Amino acid sequence: MSVSSTTPASSAAADAEQQAIPKQRGRRKRVELSEGKKQERKLGWLLCAPAAIVMVAVTAYPILYSFWLSLQRYDLKFPDEREFVWFSNYVTVLTNGYWWTAFGVTMLITVVSVVVELVLGMGLAIIMHRTLVGRGLVRTSALIPYGIVTVVAAFSWRYAWTPGTGYLANLLAPDGAPLTERASALGIIILAEIWKTTPFMALLLMAGLALVPDDLLKAASMDGATWWQRFTKVMLPVMKPAILVALLFRTLDALRVFDNIYVLTNGANETSSVSMIAYNNLIKGLNLGIGSTMSVLIFLTVAIIAFVFVKLFGTAAPGSDEGKR
Amino acid sequence: MADIVLDKVTKKYPDGTTAVHEVDLEIADGEFIILVGPSGCGKSTTLNMIAGLEDISSGELRIGGQRVNEKQPKDRDIAMVFQSYALYPNMTVGENMAFPLRLAKMDKALIKQKVDEAARVLELTEYLDRKPANLSGGQRQRVAMGRAIVRSPKAFLMDEPLSNLDAKLRVQMRTQVSRLQKQLNTTTVYVTHDQTEAMTLGDRVVVMRGGYIQQLGDPQTLYDNPVNLFVAGFIGSPSMNFLAATVEESVLRTPLGDLPLGDRMRSALSGADAPRELIVGIRPEHFEDAALIEEHQRAKGFEFTMPVDLVESMGSDKYVYFTVEGERAAAADLEDLTADAGGADLPPQDNLVTRLSAESRVRDGVDARVWMNLDKIHLFDPRNGHNITLHEGKAAGVSAA
Repeated sequence: MSVSSTTPASSAAADAEQQAIPKQRGRRKRVELSEGKKQERKLGWLLCAPAAIVMVAVTAYPILYSFWLSLQRYDLKFPDEREFVWFSNYVTVLTNGYWWTAFGVTMLITVVSVVVELVLGMGLAIIMHRTLVGRGLVRTSALIPYGIVTVVAAFSWRYAWTPGTGYLANLLAPDGAPLTERASALGIIILAEIWKTTPFMALLLMAGLALVPDDLLKAASMDGATWWQRFTKVMLPVMKPAILVALLFRTLDALRVFDNIYVLTNGANETSSVSMIAYNNLIKGLNLGIGSTMSVLIFLTVAIIAFVFVKLFGTAAPGSDEGKR
Repeated sequence: MADIVLDKVTKKYPDGTTAVHEVDLEIADGEFIILVGPSGCGKSTTLNMIAGLEDISSGELRIGGQRVNEKQPKDRDIAMVFQSYALYPNMTVGENMAFPLRLAKMDKALIKQKVDEAARVLELTEYLDRKPANLSGGQRQRVAMGRAIVRSPKAFLMDEPLSNLDAKLRVQMRTQVSRLQKQLNTTTVYVTHDQTEAMTLGDRVVVMRGGYIQQLGDPQTLYDNPVNLFVAGFIGSPSMNFLAATVEESVLRTPLGDLPLGDRMRSALSGADAPRELIVGIRPEHFEDAALIEEHQRAKGFEFTMPVDLVESMGSDKYVYFTVEGERAAAADLEDLTADAGGADLPPQDNLVTRLSAESRVRDGVDARVWMNLDKIHLFDPRNGHNITLHEGKAAGVSAA
């Protein structure tokens, strides 16, 4: 065979070519198509390559390096005791109460803030979508919290809750110090998170609202749907992809919660998140081994959550099952 | 099933524009009525007001004798078919059709029975489990119809339901819609901008322009006896020819020649405020090759000779185009028509379109002798567009005694 047969498809093409059998037309057509497809795929790879190389350089290397560090006993305070210990750091972290407390706190903050943000964000999105007068003003004012640097916002919350001088502390807890008790401190952290990122959620959901054609809502009201039925049976299903994107972004974002805790409580009274204790071990404690182990674990958690969401996306987009039947 | 009565229904927007001006319309039970007009004429607004999707600024809307101005769309018991079909993308065809019934909390077995019945009528049975995204345009359109008919509502409202289909499918669906409406005998209000749909579908047609009803009547009446220039030009394809004309003594001077005026027209045009400048309107089919006219008919008409621009043979007949010299017919109504059609549907003003028998032997570039029927000529007053040849509601032609 003269043609270099890199794939079975191209050898089939060569066969068909040489024998020139007319009844093979269907087969040849498919082969021609796959030749074009191959070119297309090659071009695709070439176009992706620069971005892919940059991605690998800036993300894969740190990930692999921290994984490498996490397999070692490596404390900068005792540099001589550096040793390769396989997975014993993981055992240390995963059997440690502090880790699990922080994990629980992170999950609590994530779940509560994302759920509340979703509900509030949806309300805000509908208001922004529907407003006819002063639309620009409404949108701008709704988005202000998101425009403020998190640390700055966190400081303003801290001052507001400082006993004696803070207006919120004076108003709501004149006798206590809310930031020094675990439950109220967590509440304030969650509140600060929600205040800060609800506008972001609203923005993403508003993009989803724009996907719902007016005719669809009109049709639903002609079909006898109440406002609530139109919302739950027509709007939400059509918006599902946008909602999932918003949830994914916010969940991953909330999992990394750091600034608010750092400023408001600095992790006191068991209010640390996983990012906080990873930071404390890695940067403050100079324990590169344990710190890296924690960051690898956080990475895995994020990966699992992202995977689950992406799986959900698969069937989310309306009409995405096109061609399967 | 119910009658629908619009009593001086008006739609005024907050910015002061009035989309619909005091529309009076009585739609009988089981009637198929068409609202037709160019875009922006208020037909869709009127439909949305009947549906309850738009508030009524003033006037009263009664369905089945009951005032429904303040009722929510869902409480009016009417179904609507949208131009975009508005199918729920997350539901299958069956679920789409069952949606209104499910909202009405109907028994599950009964829902299934009704959906199956509607699917059978619309030939959708094999698609019940598909999502709308996997259907063709015609199938989607049928699903939208199905969703409307399963409920057996008091009335159907259809907002340009066939506009998104290709030309061939549109003709097929047109007959299907018509047959379905006859079969169900449910009051139907149908909005379209396509005069062919209006002519072929409706029991009665309402021609609207700028928020006003121009004329209301059965399709043939609109065609034969248009009350004004706008209706005359809007209904019919190819549309009516319009020529500028002046009244001179006892004749009407037109670019085609001097037409004799009958006694009735002469007295109508002799008044002090009678217009001197007129617009002559004549439909393409009221011309004929003079060689094919029988003797007894010849007297009823007027003959002229002109060079032929172009002959289009349609098989059944021939469209023959002439160029008319002289002044163009000008009136506000005509400008509206041209603006609406974008010049596409309407022949250029210096073009005369005639429809002659297929046996005619006229050829491109050769002079042709053409006969036109004087009984079928309309005269319009260019100042207000009124048809002044109408006599007791009937077009009487120019030479009537």
